[in-house]
Amino acid sequence: MTSAPSPFVRAALDAAAGVPATGIAWLDAARRENLEAFAETGLPEGRNEAWKYTPLRALSQRALALADAAMAAGADVPGALFALPGVDGGRAVFVDGVFRADLSSLDAGTGVELAPLAVALAAQPEPLRFALANRYRRGAADAFAHLNAALATDGVVLRVADNAKVAKPLQIVHVTSGAQADTAWHARVLVEVGKGASVDIVEHFVSAGAATQLGTVVADYTVREGATLGLAILQDASPATTLIRRGQVRLDADAQATVHALELGGALVRHELTAEVVGDRARFDTRGVFALAGRQHLDTQLEVHHKARDTASDALWRGIADGRSRGVFRGAIVVAEGADGTDASLSNKNLLLSGSAEIDTKPELEIYADEVKAAHGATIGQLDERSLFYLRSRGIPLVEARSLLTLAFCRAALESLPNEALREHLGDLLVARLPASTAAE
Amino acid sequence: MHMLKIDNLHARVEGKEILKGLSLTVNPGEVHAIMGPNGAGKSTLGNVLSGREGYEVTEGTVSFGGQDLLALEPEERAAVGVFLAFQYPVEIPGVNNTYFLRAALNAQRKFRGEDELDSMRFLKLVREKLKIMQISDELLHRAVNEGFSGGEKKRNEIFQMAVLEPKLAILDETDSGLDIDALKQVAEGVNALRSPARSFLVVTHYQRLLDYIEPDFVHVLAGGRIVESGDKNLALKLEAEGYAWLADKHPHLRKADLAGEAA
Repeated sequence: MTSAPSPFVRAALDAAAGVPATGIAWLDAARRENLEAFAETGLPEGRNEAWKYTPLRALSQRALALADAAMAAGADVPGALFALPGVDGGRAVFVDGVFRADLSSLDAGTGVELAPLAVALAAQPEPLRFALANRYRRGAADAFAHLNAALATDGVVLRVADNAKVAKPLQIVHVTSGAQADTAWHARVLVEVGKGASVDIVEHFVSAGAATQLGTVVADYTVREGATLGLAILQDASPATTLIRRGQVRLDADAQATVHALELGGALVRHELTAEVVGDRARFDTRGVFALAGRQHLDTQLEVHHKARDTASDALWRGIADGRSRGVFRGAIVVAEGADGTDASLSNKNLLLSGSAEIDTKPELEIYADEVKAAHGATIGQLDERSLFYLRSRGIPLVEARSLLTLAFCRAALESLPNEALREHLGDLLVARLPASTAAE
Repeated sequence: MHMLKIDNLHARVEGKEILKGLSLTVNPGEVHAIMGPNGAGKSTLGNVLSGREGYEVTEGTVSFGGQDLLALEPEERAAVGVFLAFQYPVEIPGVNNTYFLRAALNAQRKFRGEDELDSMRFLKLVREKLKIMQISDELLHRAVNEGFSGGEKKRNEIFQMAVLEPKLAILDETDSGLDIDALKQVAEGVNALRSPARSFLVVTHYQRLLDYIEPDFVHVLAGGRIVESGDKNLALKLEAEGYAWLADKHPHLRKADLAGEAA
């Protein structure tokens, strides 16, 4: 770094000075190392390829203190904020990164251990060492991962025992209080699904107030041999919330993970989702929709690394952008040498609903194996005029016709969600967010 | 009182004048067939009447039940009773056929100040209409026209017509791409919907459809206007002799107008 650290970096270093040591030597060392790495690189800048379409100049000028834990613990958060139909299993709720026992229900049934990270660390730190002492590449592209590792003091540990079939979907809720302006919170999520086990998890992001805040979440999902993970992500944060999230999924042999993501809220949202398909015959499928309006900015970075034989992945993502919003999608399929028999596909289709909105999409294929089936495609377009006229010719008003077609466009990505009540709820949320009301002005 | 009165209609598509002074009057209960060579403006007429974008009316008037039809949006035209059966019905993946039809019917009813149908009453109506159309209710559960065969698409158009109960139905080359069995089925559906209060404009290139949907009047559209009108025998004459004989009667028509070439 030649220039002076930005207000964002200075504030983060100040915040770190106030974080007490855990007394766990390897963990305190890891935090220190990550903080140093973050201080060294600062936030990624425009010339950083991985952040090319998501400028952080404005964020870098903001001095964000750590969200106050006592305030977070006392913040008024109505249960209705995160209640979801069809989701009635164990629940861990965090407000500004602080675990809220009063809103949570950690009893998730037999074979499931659901605990706040701080509690799990205090009880038995060693099993968490591998994940928490993990070293990220040193570089600005991973700045937020470093920051999160340095500053996240709580989060979720979820372990599903071998062969346990968890019937009820579990919910991890990250509430941004919206009551602590110019603060940041950080949470770490560690999920391990044991051999032959199966579980459905909903990751839910909401805001309780309108103040400007930053949240970062780094989540690891380890899906052991023959296990099945269903992950639904609902991001419905306030338009003042900045969220930087990283999900890292590791799949062992014969494991399966399916991710459904619906991104509706936030001012600036970055979602990095990376899968390491390391076991033979493992499968990783993703479905995602984003619906943006106003000046929202959402950046999805999907990477699927096929590193074993006969693995499969299928990605189907849809984006719509209205107003002056900007959507970014990068989807990369990387097939390593020797990962023969890989069957991978990726599709990203986008709709621009306004002349001032922008979508950048970049599908990438890197193939180093021989016998591989891989397909990818991306489009950006407008609503089909012929379909619009067809609907109108039957009496459906223009505004409604637009909304109907937009919903149909998005629905393809949600219809495979097996939880019917949740699927319908997500559809309703999406409908409510479609620009029918704005177009009627 | 006439239902539809088109007077001296001129319309352009992409800057090119296609309709050049078309006049036509349709009374309630009448079936009018519009025939003519390719490129005569047959499809343009249907599109102009239903309000499709890109069709620019430069002159003339269209009165529908005394109302200026051209001043209305496409959805308003539907609500006052104009229905276009498309030559190429559009496939709309992700939009359920039943949902679409109920949304359409209720939007029309709302526009007319009528109460909207709840799903029970709507399903009852749909079942009645299915019986008349002899359509399997399996089509209802699919997305609008998605994966439908050519015949299924056309039958779905007529089925929509049966549910929406328009005053004026415009069938745009509904016979195109249909084999004889499918054609008969579609025609039977149309005939079941004939009534003293409902009129039809049957736009077709071939006389064949008129064997099954018997018109009260047959018109020849050439060079952008109606050049000949008669009863169903006119259609038979066209079938036997083609369009060339019209050139003797109408010297202003260019050969290309009658040969069916895109001029």
